[in-house]
Amino acid sequence: MGDDQLEAVAQSPRYRRLVKRRGRLAAVLTTIMLVVYLGYILLVAFAKDWLGRSLDGGATSVGIVVGFGVILLAIALTGFYVWRANREFDGEIAAIVAEASA
Amino acid sequence: MTAGTGWPALAMFAAFVLLTLGITRWAARRTRTADDFYAAGGGISGFQNGLAIAGDFMSAASFLGISAQIFADGYDGLIYSIGFFVGWPILLFLMAERLRNLGRYTFADVASFRFAPTPVRTLAAVSTLMVVLFYLIAQMVGAGQLIRLLFGLPYPYAVAIVGVMMTFYVLFGGMLATTWVQIVKAVLLLGAASFMAGAVLWRLGFSPEALFASAVDVKSAAATKAGAPPAAAASAGRAIMAPGGFIKDPVSAISLGLALMFGTAGLPHILMRFFTVPDAKAARTSVLWATGWIGYFYLLTFVIGFGAIVLVGTEPAYLDPAGALRGGGNMAAVHLAHAIGGDLFLGFVSAVAFATILAVVAGLTLSGASAVSHDLYASVWRRGRADESAELFVSRVTVVVLAGIAIGLGILFERQNVAFMVSLAFALAASANFPVLLLSLLWPGCTTRGVVAGGAVGLTLALVLTFLSPAIWVTVLGHAEAVFPFSSPALFSMPAALLVIWIVSRLDRSGRAIVDRQRYAAQRVRAETGIGAVGASRH
Repeated sequence: MGDDQLEAVAQSPRYRRLVKRRGRLAAVLTTIMLVVYLGYILLVAFAKDWLGRSLDGGATSVGIVVGFGVILLAIALTGFYVWRANREFDGEIAAIVAEASA
Repeated sequence: MTAGTGWPALAMFAAFVLLTLGITRWAARRTRTADDFYAAGGGISGFQNGLAIAGDFMSAASFLGISAQIFADGYDGLIYSIGFFVGWPILLFLMAERLRNLGRYTFADVASFRFAPTPVRTLAAVSTLMVVLFYLIAQMVGAGQLIRLLFGLPYPYAVAIVGVMMTFYVLFGGMLATTWVQIVKAVLLLGAASFMAGAVLWRLGFSPEALFASAVDVKSAAATKAGAPPAAAASAGRAIMAPGGFIKDPVSAISLGLALMFGTAGLPHILMRFFTVPDAKAARTSVLWATGWIGYFYLLTFVIGFGAIVLVGTEPAYLDPAGALRGGGNMAAVHLAHAIGGDLFLGFVSAVAFATILAVVAGLTLSGASAVSHDLYASVWRRGRADESAELFVSRVTVVVLAGIAIGLGILFERQNVAFMVSLAFALAASANFPVLLLSLLWPGCTTRGVVAGGAVGLTLALVLTFLSPAIWVTVLGHAEAVFPFSSPALFSMPAALLVIWIVSRLDRSGRAIVDRQRYAAQRVRAETGIGAVGASRH
C-alpha cells in the first residue's frame, strides 16, 4: 500500500477518532506515571525522614508502602491500557483496515 | 568459598549448558533467512516474548546486585528497582505497538522510517554499539567475578568461557535460540527466587513485619558490637527502612531516575524484542506480561535482600573475620541460597545466575551485530542492495568480533564498578535513542537534520559529562574535584537532545525536510493501524 492510500486512511473520520482516543489515553496514563515517579524521587530526595517513619509503631516504614505502591500502580496502569486497547481499539483498527482495503 | 561449591553446582551448570546447546541445535535448523536470524521469524507469542523481555531485564546485575544492595543498605535497593521498573508503562503507552508496526529488525528501522536513511541509521548504529558495549562490559565483569567465586576458575578463563558460549548461541541459533535461552532462564530464575523468598517468609511466619523487625535488630546488634552507644545503634538499625546514602544530592537523584526510566525505552536489545512477535497486539500483550514478571521479581528481590540480612548476616560461616561477606558484597543471594537449601540449592542458584549472564550477553551481542550488518552494512554501505546471505555473513562475523572485544574489555575492566557501567548504558540510551525515537514517532515537524543533530548531541553530552563526573574525573583520573558534580548526566543530556532536535527541525529549510514532514501522515497511519507492516500477512 502506497503513501497515497495511507494518506486517504488518515482522512477517514473513524481513523481520526481512534488516534484521538488512543492518544488521549496514552497521554493521561503517561502523565500519571511521570508525576507519581517524579513525586517519589522528590520524596526520596527531600523527605527521607518521613519515608523512614514507622507506619504503625512496628518496623515497617512509610517508604515501604509508598515504594510498593509505585510498583503496583505501574502494573495497574499497564493492565488498564491493555484492557482498553483489547476491548476498544483492536475492533476499530480492524474496521479501518477493512475500509482501507475495500 | 573460593572453589567450594563442589559437584552439585558443576552438575547443575553442566545440565544447563547441555539444555541450551540442545535449544541452539534445534533453533539452528529453523534459522535460514535474515528474518529468522534477527527476529525469530516473527513467530514468538506475546506471552513468550513477555518472559524473554523479563529475562533480558532480570540480569545478574539485578538479581545479585540489587539483593546485595538491600543486604548492605536496606531500602536503597528498592529505589533502584523502582527506577528500572517505571520505564515499562511509558514504553507501552508511547512506543511498543508503533515499534512493531513500523520496524523490521532494528530500532533504526523505526527511527529512519520517514527520514534519509544513511545519516539516521549511522547515528542509530553508533549509539546502539555504544550502549551495547558498556552494558556488555558490565555483564562480562560480573560474569567473570561470579564464576571465579563459584567454581574457582581464574578470572580471564571465566570471562572467555562466557564469551565463547554466548557466541555459539547467537552464531548458530540467532534470535530464536537467544529468545528460548532467555525464556528458559527467566523461568528458572523466577522459580529459584520464588523458592528463596518463600523460604525466608516461611521462617518468619509469613509476616513481612517480622522480617523487617528482625533485620532492624540484626543491624542494631551489629552497630552495638562495633561499639555504638544504644541510641546510635537503634537508629543505625532503623536506617535500613529509609532512603540513605544512595541519594547524595537531589539533582543526582532526579538525573539517575530519568536515566533509569527513559533508558529502558531506548535499550536496543529490548527494543529488538518487539520485532519477534507477529503483530501490535502481541507486542502490547508482551509488555503486560513482562511488567508483571519484572514487578514480581523485584518484590522477591526485596524479600531476598532482607532475608539475607537476617539469615546470612548473623551466620559466622558466611562472613570473614572482619564481618564482611565472604566472596564479596555481591554474594548475598548466593549465601542465602546455601542457608536455605544447602549445597544442592546453592548449586542450582549458582547455575541460574550463570545462565542469566549468558542469556543477557547473547541478546546484547545480537542487537550489536544487527546494528552493524542490517544498518551499517546493508542499508548505509550497500544502499539496501546487499543480498541476504551477505548480510547474514556480516552479522555472524560481527558476533565473533563483538565477542572478542567483550572478552578483551571484560578482562581489562576487571576492577571497574559494574553498577556504574550499567547506569552509563542507561544514560546513553535515554539521551540518544529515546529522544530520537520519541520525536520521530510523535512529532510531525521532525526532520532528518533535527534527529541526527539532537541524537549526536545527546550521545556526546552524556559521554562527556560522565567523563567529567566524580566516577571518572576524580576516582579514575585522580583530580581533586569533579568538573560535573552529579553522578548521572541524563537530566542535562536528555533535554538537550530533545531541544536540539526541536530547534534544528524548526530551522530546517532543506528539500529533505519537506519530504520528512510530508511523510508523517503515512507513517502515523501505519504506526497506528499496522497497515503495510512487515510480517502482518505472514501468519
